[in-house]
Amino acid sequence: MNKQLTIEEFVASLKSGMTIGIAGWGPRRKPMALVRAILRSDLTDLTIVAYGGPEVGMLCAAGKVKKLIFGFVSMDAIPLEPYFRKAREAGTLDILELDEGMLQWGLKAAAFRLPFLPTHVGLGTDVMTHGGFKTVQSPYDDGEVLLAMPALKLDAALLHVHRADKLGNIQALGPDTYYDEWFARAADKTFVSAEEVVDRMDHSYPEDARANIVERCFVHGVVEAPLGAHPTSMPPSYGWDMKHLKAYADSAREDGGWDRYLADTIGADEAGYLDRVGGKDAVAALPLPIF
Amino acid sequence: MTTAPEFTLCEQLIVAASEAWRSNGELVATGIGPAPRLAAGLAKLTHTPELMMTDGEAFLVEDPVPLGPRGYDDRKAAGYLPFSRFFDAAVWSGKRHAMVTPSQIDRFGQTNISYLGGTYDQPKVQMLGARGFPGNSICHINSMFVPAHSKRVFVEGEVDMVSSVGYNPARRTPGVNFSRVDLRLIVTDLCVMDFGAADNAIRVVMLHPGVTFDQVQEATGFALEAAGEIKTTPAPTAEQLAIIARLDPHGLRAGVIKDNPAGKRS
Repeated sequence: MNKQLTIEEFVASLKSGMTIGIAGWGPRRKPMALVRAILRSDLTDLTIVAYGGPEVGMLCAAGKVKKLIFGFVSMDAIPLEPYFRKAREAGTLDILELDEGMLQWGLKAAAFRLPFLPTHVGLGTDVMTHGGFKTVQSPYDDGEVLLAMPALKLDAALLHVHRADKLGNIQALGPDTYYDEWFARAADKTFVSAEEVVDRMDHSYPEDARANIVERCFVHGVVEAPLGAHPTSMPPSYGWDMKHLKAYADSAREDGGWDRYLADTIGADEAGYLDRVGGKDAVAALPLPIF
Repeated sequence: MTTAPEFTLCEQLIVAASEAWRSNGELVATGIGPAPRLAAGLAKLTHTPELMMTDGEAFLVEDPVPLGPRGYDDRKAAGYLPFSRFFDAAVWSGKRHAMVTPSQIDRFGQTNISYLGGTYDQPKVQMLGARGFPGNSICHINSMFVPAHSKRVFVEGEVDMVSSVGYNPARRTPGVNFSRVDLRLIVTDLCVMDFGAADNAIRVVMLHPGVTFDQVQEATGFALEAAGEIKTTPAPTAEQLAIIARLDPHGLRAGVIKDNPAGKRS
């Protein structure tokens, strides 16, 4: 068994029209190398499910997104994602706007193979009105009416972590694993990029087994992508690149800004990407954000 | 005897806002934005030490983390509350009181941070999306901080997209348990309000020195009630000012209210 893929093999295993979940949280630990591979591909008509950061804006700007299922889209220190904003204000996206908690609840329903999970969340708000959610009544004495959050089944989930092995064992070392494990369990196929791919985790990093955020039966492909979260943060290894994110955000106000970012920064291949954004050493040295 | 200290309006509001958490006990106090965060820290360090607080990332701290640049490892973790546990442990369990700054607030306390104008399919101005507001508002206590009280924030009619639940009777779906909806304080640059009038209507309970009720009404898109006895917002004490200064060593609070006006003694 060897689940290691090249980035080209990874992108070739996706199809237009798929529903793809992107793990991470806002500008934190996003599988950006995998997202850039999608940006360089012919894939189109995707449904994207995410706690969105710059990857959502980029995929929208590149015309890859048919439908967006989101709890928020933000780059934290740059609160409003400019390309997401453009796409929304142009009215070109199908959307399902969720509460953050509803999103993970829908992933859990999918992971548990349930049609829905009940929750209070969304009731009484326009998330309910616009999302077309249905309610269920508790069959017990309380008789409460609850929102039935439908399963968010994913064709594919994309994660970026610190380490993976060829069997699909992965380790995410940061202080927070967000909802990555639920994206993985909700998906038919999960693709994980990692800073480092080793032959066997038990031979290389057995002492960090508690960082194994999801079991390997839920991991179908691993891709080695050093510094593959750039420009998002990868604690404890490197921080987000706010200067880069600022320049990316500013490009949305320029004529042809996205096309230039796509050509000059995303570029033709991942191999040259790190050189184009300042080099490996500079990216690896980006300080962790302070909150 | 020492001279009474100088203070800014923002500092006066931080002290008023910290009262939102008084006697809340063991729950997570979240202040989103510099002033609410300082208010939560002040509450924990003065009247309500039981409060829990995060470092803004993944750890629970007993010493509130100062704002702005600092050493990454300066904060000492006492517990663990990452995003991956946040809904289970803090939000849906009701163990939280958040203070937020919505873009719009209506007379029922419903708020909006999603989009302004246009439609759901094509908003005029896209903002963040609903984030955690639907869940926060139906599960735990919430308060609000508004640095510029105006009709743009306190809107006539309903907010453009109801991101958080308030007390609007028209949105009380039969059979739904809204018993945990619990809106406490709204602190603005003009006044302090609560939801203590009949039918949970918004009520002015405190006016900042030199501000009149009519001035507040003028800046609000819906009819306000006045509490039986409207108090005057107190001046911060020297101890409170010292704590605020320690929690904000870079002076980020100076940017919260336009032109950072001085506070006034009543």
